[in-house]
Amino acid sequence: MKPAHRRWLFLAGAAGLAAFYLWGLSGLPGFGNYPGPYGPAILRIAVAQTHATGVVSAVNFEYRGFDTVGEEFILFTAAVGMAIVLRTLRRERERSPVDEAKDRDAPPTSEAVRTVALLFTGPVVVVGWWLASHAQTNPSGGFQGGVVLATAFILIYLAGEFLTFRGFSPAHITDAVEAIGAGGFAAIGLAAVCLGLPYLYNFLPLGETPGAVSSSGTIALISFFVGLEVAAAFILIISEMLEQTLLIRSGGD
Amino acid sequence: MQIFPFIVVVWIVGAGLYGIVTSRDLIHQIICLIVVQSSTYVLLLGVGYVTGAVAPYFNDVPVHTPAVDPVVQALALTDVVVEAAVTALLLAIAIQAHKRFGTLDPHDLAEFKG
Amino acid sequence: MDQLFALSVVVPLLVAAALVGVKPLLSGRRRVLDAVAVLTAASVTVMLLVIMARTDGGDAVYWFAGFRPVRGIAIGIDFAAGPLSAGLAALAALLVTASMIFSWRYFQQVATFYHVLMLTFLAGMTGFCLTGDIFDLFVWFELMGVSAYALTAYRPEERGPIQGALNFAITNSVGAYISLSGIALIYGRTGALNMAQIGAYISRHPPDRLVVVAFLLIIAGLLVKSAIVPFHFWLADAHAVAPTPVCVLFSGVMVELGLYGIARVYWSMFGTALGHRAAISHVFLALGVLTAVVGALFCFRERHIKRLLAFSTISHAGMFLAGIGLLTPLGLAGAAVYVAGHAMVKGVLFLCTGIVLHRLGSVNETLLHGRARHLRITGVLFTLAGLGLADLPPFGTFLGKGWIEDTGESHGMMWLTPVFILCTILAGGAVLRVAGGVFYGLGDPPAEEQRMARGANEETSETDADRQRTPLTMLIPPTVLVAVAIAIGLTPLGPAVEAAAVRFQDQAAYNATVLHGAHVAHPVSPFPVEAAGITVPGVVRGLVSAVGALLLAYLALYRRRLPVLRRGYQPRVGLSALAEGFQSGVINDSVTWLVFGLACLGGVLALIIR
Repeated sequence: MKPAHRRWLFLAGAAGLAAFYLWGLSGLPGFGNYPGPYGPAILRIAVAQTHATGVVSAVNFEYRGFDTVGEEFILFTAAVGMAIVLRTLRRERERSPVDEAKDRDAPPTSEAVRTVALLFTGPVVVVGWWLASHAQTNPSGGFQGGVVLATAFILIYLAGEFLTFRGFSPAHITDAVEAIGAGGFAAIGLAAVCLGLPYLYNFLPLGETPGAVSSSGTIALISFFVGLEVAAAFILIISEMLEQTLLIRSGGD
Repeated sequence: MQIFPFIVVVWIVGAGLYGIVTSRDLIHQIICLIVVQSSTYVLLLGVGYVTGAVAPYFNDVPVHTPAVDPVVQALALTDVVVEAAVTALLLAIAIQAHKRFGTLDPHDLAEFKG
Repeated sequence: MDQLFALSVVVPLLVAAALVGVKPLLSGRRRVLDAVAVLTAASVTVMLLVIMARTDGGDAVYWFAGFRPVRGIAIGIDFAAGPLSAGLAALAALLVTASMIFSWRYFQQVATFYHVLMLTFLAGMTGFCLTGDIFDLFVWFELMGVSAYALTAYRPEERGPIQGALNFAITNSVGAYISLSGIALIYGRTGALNMAQIGAYISRHPPDRLVVVAFLLIIAGLLVKSAIVPFHFWLADAHAVAPTPVCVLFSGVMVELGLYGIARVYWSMFGTALGHRAAISHVFLALGVLTAVVGALFCFRERHIKRLLAFSTISHAGMFLAGIGLLTPLGLAGAAVYVAGHAMVKGVLFLCTGIVLHRLGSVNETLLHGRARHLRITGVLFTLAGLGLADLPPFGTFLGKGWIEDTGESHGMMWLTPVFILCTILAGGAVLRVAGGVFYGLGDPPAEEQRMARGANEETSETDADRQRTPLTMLIPPTVLVAVAIAIGLTPLGPAVEAAAVRFQDQAAYNATVLHGAHVAHPVSPFPVEAAGITVPGVVRGLVSAVGALLLAYLALYRRRLPVLRRGYQPRVGLSALAEGFQSGVINDSVTWLVFGLACLGGVLALIIR
């Protein structure tokens, strides 16, 4: 289709679809007037039932925990899929990073970037860890903490230390951590099944005070595993992309 | 004010789709896909908002203070992860496209017709 | 028994995670990897068959984490399945098992994570079929999608897989995000994510604009997945380039899952609320028939065997949608049996194409003419499957299609039968033409311009070892699938399938079972229940299609010198020029047609339900 035709066809369709969509949206109760029973029902019982003061995490890891299993495995599958798409093909070789460094004429990383990146690595790890372990109290949790943890590793690469980055996150260890994270979450639910309860039932002791670090039973544990998996998945994603771009070359040259 | 956030939703979807349809660069198309997805975050969070209510975290406020809907926030969180996963995979395919064929233009990559 | 619900999804996921975790240990032990994958898929098949058998008397509901509904408000996520849902999931698992057995020898060297992706694909499909929560449906839809995109890009060293995977991923993702908007919209009105609860709420009031828009938006992603015209442009490209065992799954079950989703969303949530059943039925019928005809026409002009089979899938998807769209229990039952028969037959066709690719290195019908004569067993299987695709009794396909045609006729749509027969003749004729030309060397050697010649070298890198004999593990799955296809046609399962369809369509009974745990002994469907069995008109129609397909194949093979047939195949003239005006294989075009198609559908629905 010629680009001009395509544009007109799209604009006609988009105008119609937008009108249709707006027509439907005008039937909503209006911004700020959420009516429905799901939200208030959860808010009424969540803190008492799960001893978690962060209700969003309670929804994510408890009431709708099975959705979160699926979502976590989507991330897992994407990392695995990337490993397939970016793999070393039969005609290619993965060269050692030291060889490559000599050929590339990229400018060296500036001192300012190096200093700031290396300075922040430690605190970022601490922050990520803190986020991942406080799912039940504040707007954090496994996903957020895991991403921040992965960022700490990527800061090392940004500081120009690609070799150190690779050293800290070798593929087989990252794979294993990712598998433990994803499998661990699924296995916690399975543990409930072994106890004769429905899958993902919260069978761990709920703790005394709502909102303490050790409260809320399986929520905190699940959040820990999710943090592991997300951190490993993001490190894998970035390191696979970097390997494909920087290291893998065709033939025997 | 009642419907303004939802008009924004439709605008974001339209802009994202227009970007995908008129694009000549794969990376641009993938980012426009992210834009289309972002409209669903606005819609979800807009649907669950309650005027005058607090966030559903009860560390400092008493437990039965009126709060906004926690479910849509959890759904939005799930969607962010799904989007990140799909985008990562698409970018990997784009990397391969650029490496093997030297082009990121979807028109040049099209080999089969229809 | 209840725990089987959770296990059927969690077991493949856990095994997938475990395989990644112990990857260094498995690096030399390919057979262990294969065996684990096959065993997992087989055990999931068994679990789902057990669920299907046990839900015969009533839908089974499983609440995750033990959160049962309180006063009709669902707090947690549920799996709610009847025989149709569990049966479709079992079909998916069976096809995955067959593909994994086929892959045993098909890939001499397999990418490390191929088995992992197949297992997550299986988990996504199972979750999609069994769930009773609309957002959970979206999550499993995305898991299926991500696995499928990665599997399509399996050979990134060629242009075709890259473009096919990108088109597939971007088009389906746009569809999925539009579906998510619909979910958010209906949540804004009802404050619920459970299908039964939403259905109960919106059927209490007459349909207003929000319900109509939410309905179209939610089924948008499902329509894209089902490759309904004009949302179908991604499918042929994806099928041409995905590895053959993966194509078995795409054609056999992934497209059909989209149609199942549409039926589930309609019958569990929007059916009673939208009303206007006759008008909605006409809309679905129109879409279905358009898809069937377009798919069949494009199928016949293809020379690339996998693309030919892909277009035939599009055509059959249209026929399934027409069957579902008639909204009667017999139509739904017919579509279900047709899906099962088609999955078996299409699986055999793809597997045999894989064998041809493995032994001869090409999937171009023109280049392969007469070269596969020594692949005798494969030839027999391919021809049998081709006859099955042409609805020859006693394959399951003739039974399902016969029921759809019966219910169409009893509702006054006499034109449905001839249209279906024509589409089947075109698709079946194309496949039989391939069978005759490639495996038996019949007909004139083709001298026409080899438009698809460039596609011939696409897949030589899939497999590369021993080409002297076809291994047994590659011949057993197609044989078993052919046997199952014939068995479906011979077993008297009419009343059971129709009873399951009636229960699927009874929204009030579904609500009661899910939200209040009631057991409804006699579900009622909004349409009268018609008898489902093997009828003489059905057998006659099946024979007519099969004979017609054979005739068409003969004509195509021996009369290539006819100018009208020759001109139709040339690139710049006739049908081809028209097709290229509409679509040039670029992602931008697919998305444009998606938007335009949705706008048209939206306009139609808005006019109907006002």
